[in-house]
Order: sequence, then structure tokens, then C-alpha cells
Amino acid sequence: MLKQFKQFIVDTVGLMITGSRIYYAWVAFLLLLIVLGAVAYAGQLNDGLIVTQMRDQVSWGFYIGNFTFLVGVAAASIMLVIPAYIYDWGPIKEITILGEMLAVTALIMCLGFVMVDIGRPDRFWHIMPLVGHLNWPQSMLAWDVIVLNLYLLLNWFVVTYLLFSAYLEKHYKKALVLPLVLLSIPMAISIHTVTAYLYNGLAARPFWNSAILAPRFLASAFCSGPAVLLILLQVLRKTTRLKITDEAIFKIAELMSYTMGFNLFLTAAESFKELYSGTEHMVYFQYLLFGVEKNGVHYNTLVPYAWASILTGFVAFLLFLIPKTRTNWTTLNIGCVLIYSSVYIEKGMGLIIPGLTPDALGEMYVYRPSFTEIAVAAGIFSLGALVFTIMLKAAVPMMLGEFTISKGRKGVDHPETDPA
Amino acid sequence: MTDLNLTQAPDDCATGSSCGSRREFLGTAVASVAMALTGCGKLTKEEFLQNHFKQLSKTEIETIISRLESEYKAKYHKDVKVGVEPALPGVIFGYALDLSRCIGCRRCVHACVKENNQSREPEVQWIRVLEMEKEEGVNLQHSEQYYNPEEVPREGHFYMPVQCQQCKKPPCVKVCPVGATWKEKDGIVVVDYNWCIGCRYCMAACPYGARHFNWGEPHLKDADVNPATHYLGNRPRPKGVVEKCTFCIQRTRKGLYPACVEICPTGSRKFGNLLDPKSEIRQVLETKRVFKFKEELNTQPNFFYFYGV
Amino acid sequence: MTMRLFRFAGLMLLLALPAFANPPGKKAEASAQEGLQVPGPPFSEGVFPCSSCHDGKSLPVDTKRRELAMHSEIVLQHGPESRWCLDCHDAQKRDRLHLASGAPVDFTSSYQLCGQCHGDKFRDWRVGIHGKRTGSWNGAKQYLLCVHCHDPHAPRFKHLKPMPAPARPEAIQVWKGGAR
Repeated sequence: MLKQFKQFIVDTVGLMITGSRIYYAWVAFLLLLIVLGAVAYAGQLNDGLIVTQMRDQVSWGFYIGNFTFLVGVAAASIMLVIPAYIYDWGPIKEITILGEMLAVTALIMCLGFVMVDIGRPDRFWHIMPLVGHLNWPQSMLAWDVIVLNLYLLLNWFVVTYLLFSAYLEKHYKKALVLPLVLLSIPMAISIHTVTAYLYNGLAARPFWNSAILAPRFLASAFCSGPAVLLILLQVLRKTTRLKITDEAIFKIAELMSYTMGFNLFLTAAESFKELYSGTEHMVYFQYLLFGVEKNGVHYNTLVPYAWASILTGFVAFLLFLIPKTRTNWTTLNIGCVLIYSSVYIEKGMGLIIPGLTPDALGEMYVYRPSFTEIAVAAGIFSLGALVFTIMLKAAVPMMLGEFTISKGRKGVDHPETDPA
Repeated sequence: MTDLNLTQAPDDCATGSSCGSRREFLGTAVASVAMALTGCGKLTKEEFLQNHFKQLSKTEIETIISRLESEYKAKYHKDVKVGVEPALPGVIFGYALDLSRCIGCRRCVHACVKENNQSREPEVQWIRVLEMEKEEGVNLQHSEQYYNPEEVPREGHFYMPVQCQQCKKPPCVKVCPVGATWKEKDGIVVVDYNWCIGCRYCMAACPYGARHFNWGEPHLKDADVNPATHYLGNRPRPKGVVEKCTFCIQRTRKGLYPACVEICPTGSRKFGNLLDPKSEIRQVLETKRVFKFKEELNTQPNFFYFYGV
Repeated sequence: MTMRLFRFAGLMLLLALPAFANPPGKKAEASAQEGLQVPGPPFSEGVFPCSSCHDGKSLPVDTKRRELAMHSEIVLQHGPESRWCLDCHDAQKRDRLHLASGAPVDFTSSYQLCGQCHGDKFRDWRVGIHGKRTGSWNGAKQYLLCVHCHDPHAPRFKHLKPMPAPARPEAIQVWKGGAR
């Protein structure tokens, strides 16, 4: 067994490092961005987080915004798991593994963003249970560490096991996979709920201290993550021999439209509560949507982004809801891009910044990410893209049954089957 | 390929390899990575492996103190003493601030900076003085902390200094993922600067903006170093950790007033033991009408504001 | 090194000076009446003892309220409509003050005189919650006389020049002065 697994690893790596010219070009491009990010991060290690534009007043920024967004993307794999396993819907079942791979990628990026955000990365071992001292169950961050790593472990295990079984030309043990996959549903919900609770539990930040923050997180996660998948599925259909029916794609889109509608409703509910009651806590929403004035200075940096996010979210919702536009490939893909951007803006600029501006003592500090932050983030996103690319590179031939322990590389060295 | 190393190390540990059981091995193996992660390569193995303060034995503490003192001596060319005085028995510190008498002169801010070995460049200040409008009362949306008139107090304004309130139910203690901050028996909320990982969750949790982060390498001139320090208080801090007012723990645990209390020219600051019925702080609580800042958040601060006149 | 020390000492002096509106006297004297340790009153140079001029022989005692020939630098802003110098200063024994009842009060216990009208402040001051106090919260503390902060002739607390405002977060950048 172990010998076969060793062979599996060797072959997987072999698949990952060989490919077409386009593949090499893409990987090289990603590696370049990763190196750029690494260089920027080295500067940050040397000088400290002062190279970012985060200061005491806005102590979380671009890194944590991206982290929050990516946790949502990771949770989105259940949009495939639920129809596939709960409703036993064939067309999606074959491709659930792709959602799980996306989850693994997103979680690796999440961990990356956390590592670059903390002031003492050399002390990361302090947060490990048993080795360090984890303040569980009091600290929501402690919970987040546990559930994120468990979810990563779960997905990584399921993906590896499924591919290994395909590699050995054996059918995977349903009794092993099914419970784990079903477990991934509440776990996916838990990772984004715990991340939401991180913010939710802070009475000091009224913008976050709202009961519907966790439902909002879930709704926006289920809109954005699958958008990546939809585009990916179309790409894979064209470039590999993976069979993905139109039905499957449209079904996912339909489910997304319901979550988008729910997301818009929750946003409206939140806005109503703040703006209608009109208490002092309204100032955060005001800053986000209309800008505020303090001591004669006008602060309205976030306003265009906030409205762009709402507008794109609304348009995407319509495009996905109306069957005609949902089943039209152009409008569907436009919708995907729109909803992804909408949620990305909402989780970064629409969540972190207004939560911390004005700060606890009413000060207005306008935060904009510095070049270092953008470079490091680009590096981490490229790392994620690279991980996802090489995973797909190895996984797709195995999923198609073209690359197994017996067929080896012969089944895969065929130009049409090489994924881009 | 530093990034790849970084993102792979936590994964390896998460999949349940032997790292959970052999800390020494982990320490030596990862210490080199960690040294790179501090950027300046000055991290010693002892510092890297140092455990949480509350889990240290007496001898371990003594070793750490002597190591710190020799490090400070080498860095600042001064005999810096690091104390570990525990809380005095039967003491819970309370603080009262007279808003009718504060004139916003900021002498408390700078006395604190001098006493507590804050970084001067960038300057970290543990006290923030807010200029408020008399008409609006305590209203943060009508406050200004960058006021700089020729003379204070300015007509129609009053002043409200804010520092760590040493809450009885501190939200910062609740959220710290590694337990690097906790509340001592005498009520002071302290930080173990050698355990803090710099995630800044506590800063998001604090409703008073009382916690401050060392974004860059703290710069402190030798001449500015106050050599009488406490491990949990004013010893010079490293980059990348959180710090805050500790009611001058190095002074108050020896019976002295905090620096801000002593320097205030108008006598607006009152300090003492809440458990002593004859203390000044108890006198204030009993004869004046005090209020707590952001009381509705139920943090139950040990810091009280009142209007003396 | 010496220049740094000089600059440091100068800075310390500069910062220490505004701490007291009026610097305390030379030594703490036990006030006979209350038993409270307070430093001596902050007399202007050479003005005490008053009896060096007001010896009862060279200057006639005139209790009529009028514009004085000497002490013109003192501008009375302490309820000038209803009181003047001799309401506090004793006309017969110039080295002392007197209460409303006529009872004499030493300059070292002038708080008793202030406390006559400002009873609430006096009560607070006695238990230590009015005015600046230094020392130990659990031990010996140093009081100041009222007059150390409040000029008895113009008692309203003087305005001060504020110390510098904090750096704005936008202004905080990496220190380019070189590594430590």
C-alpha cells in the first residue's frame, strides 16, 4: 500500500512538472508574481508592518480582508456537495472534487494571508494547541485556527483519497467518503460562521456587532465561491475531456441566484436597521455609503466602491435569476465576474474598513493599501493559482481514468488532453 | 521561495506529523526559519522557545530576566533592571479623572512616554487626550485629538484623556488567541511581550483604542531609557507586539503613583486602592458623581470619570 | 556624550518646570493648626517678613480702602468688589493673615483662610482629592498649599501651552535613520 502511495506521489509530481508551452508560460508567470510577493514580504519582515498602511486606528486591512473573502470561497464547495450528495444529482457528482480542490487552495491562501498579517510570524507556534497555548474556547480566533485546519485536512484527505483510488483503478470506498463529504457540509458552514463570529463578538465595533453578520457571510460566500467554479468548469470542458453537462452548470447558477437574492435581502435589512433607527452607530454605514464630515473635513473614499459593489451584486442577481440570461453563456460569465467583484469589494472595503473607521475614539483615518500589501497579496493569490493549477494538472487525467498506475504516462501524453 | 516555506509549515503540522510532541526538535529545526522571519536574524534559540509567562517556573523566570537585562545592557549601555513584582495582596487599583479640571496640556501623555520606555520614532503614546465641545458633552463625533492651540483650555471646550481602563471584563483578554494578555489580581491588564504574536485582534476588541502596536522597530535613545522596569510593564518592547498603559506597574506595585498622576499640574488624576476605604479613589467614588466611558458595553472599567466642579 | 547629557538635563528641566504653576517652597513645615505637612508658601523674592517694613513704627496703619502706593504689581482679581487686602492680611500683625472672625492664621496654614469661603474645595483637599499630590498611594504623600497653584490675588488657574499633539497616522512611516 505504502509503495503504491509512494508511486502515486512520484507520478503526481511528474504530471505537475510536465506540460505544454502554455502551461509552462502560465506557471512561470505565477512564479514571477510569487517572487515579487516574496521580495515585498522580505521588506516587511525587515522593517515591520509599518510598511503597510495599517496603523493603530485601522489595525486590520487588506490582508485580513482577503483572508475573510477567501474563507468564503473555501466554504463555497458545499454548493456542489449538497446537490451531489444530498440530492444525489449525477451531473454534479463527478465534479464535486473540483470544489474540494478549490477549498484546499482557498484555505492555503487564507493561511498565507494570516501569516503575513501577524507582527511576529516567528511565534506562529504559540497558536498551536498542546505545543503553544491556545486560548480556546474563549477566543474566536482560536476556534478559527481549529476549524480552518480541520476543514483543510478533511478536504485534502478526501481529494487525495479519491484521486489515489482512481489511480489504483479501484472504486473508492463509499463508506469512507460519504460520511466525510457529508461532514464537510456543516464544517464549511462552521468555518465561515466562526470567521463571522470573529467580527461579530466585538462590542467595540458596532458595525460588526450585528446579529445578521454570520448569515450575511454565508450568503455572500455561497454567491462568490461558485462563480470561480462556473468559469473554471467551462474552461475545463473546452480543454480536457472532462464531461460537464450544461445542466450541471446551470443548476449551480440557479442555486447561486437564490443565495444572491438572500444576500441582497440581508444587506437591505442591515442597511434599514442602521439608517432608519439613525443612532450614532449609523456613522459607519454613513461613511461607507455616503461619506461623513468631521471637523470640517469630508471623508468619502469608500462611497464609489460601496455603490459599485451593490450595483454589480444586483445586476448579477438579475442575470442569474432570469432563466434566459442564466442560460446564455455571455451573460452568465459576465454575471460571474460581477458577483465575484461585488463580494470581493464587500468583504474587503465593505467590511473591514468601515468597521474600523471611525476608530474607537472617533478618529477618521483613511486607510489605503500600500504597494507592499498589494504585492504580497498578489504573491499569495498567485501561489493559490499555482497550487490550483498543479492540482488540476495532476487530478484531471486521474479523474478521466487516463492516468493510472498501470497506464502511467502513456495515457496522458496526448496534446488534446493537456489542460492549459 | 520563502512564501512556499511559510505556507507549508503550518500544513505539515496540521496533518499530524511528529511536531506536536517534540518541541525541542521543532524549535531547532524551525528556529532557522524563524530567524529569517524576524528579518534581522537576532533571534536567539532561548527567546524563540520561551514559554508563556504564566507557565514559567521561578528558575526559568530568573534565567529570562538575566538574559533580558544583559540584552538591554548591550543595547542601551545602561543597567536596566527588570522586575517581576507580583500584585500586592488586598489591592485592586482604581483611577479617577476630573473632567472639569483637565486642561488638555498633555503633560500626562509625555510623562508616560518617558516613564514607560515608549518608542520615540515612531512615537507610541498610551494616553490620548480628546478635546470635546462643552455643548456636545462626551461625544466622540465632535472630538479632536490633534488640537494645538496657543493655550489650553480653549474657550467652550473640555478635555478627556483616554488610556487603558483596566476593565474588570476586558474584551481584549477574551479574544487573544494565545492568551498573551490577561488580568492580574490587582486589576492591571498586562501583556507578555515575549508571547504576543502581533495578530492585533485585541486592538479590534478594545472599545477605548487603548492598545497600541509596534508597527516598526521601536527606536529609543540610550539617554531616554528608564532603567527601572517591570517584565509586564515598561521594559523596552520589540517590534511587532502590542503594548498599553499598565498603571505604571513598575511604580504602583512599589507603592508609588503612576507617572501621569504625579505630573498633572491641575491635580485632575486620582489613583489608589479600591479596597482601602480611606483611599483617595474611594473618596472620589463616594463623594463625586462618577461615570464610566462607554458603560453600555459592560466592560466594567476600573477607570472613572467625574466632574469635580 | 556630555552634549547629550546637557541636552537631556536641559530638556528635563524644561519639561519639569511647567509641572508647577508656582514652584513649592524650600522645605515642608508642619502646619501648627492642622498637622498637615505642606511646603512653605511661595513668597516673591524679599517680600517676607512683611514686618521688615511694616514694623508698626515707620509706616502708619491705615485701614481705609484705597489705591496703594507700594505693591502695585499685585492686581487684585479675587472678588475685588467685595474685598480688599486687609480682609485677609492682618493690619496689626503683617506677618500673618486673619480669618473672618479676626483669629490669626500663619502664612504656612493659609489653606484655613481659603477654606472659610471655599469649604467644598477645602474638604476635598484635606482628603486628597483636590489638587496635585505626589508620593505613594499607600503611604506618605505630599500636599501643596492652595497658593502653590492658585495665586491668592488672582486665583483663576492660568492657561498653559499644550505639549505637542501626537503624530498623525499618515505621517508615521519607516524610520530611515538606519538600523539600530
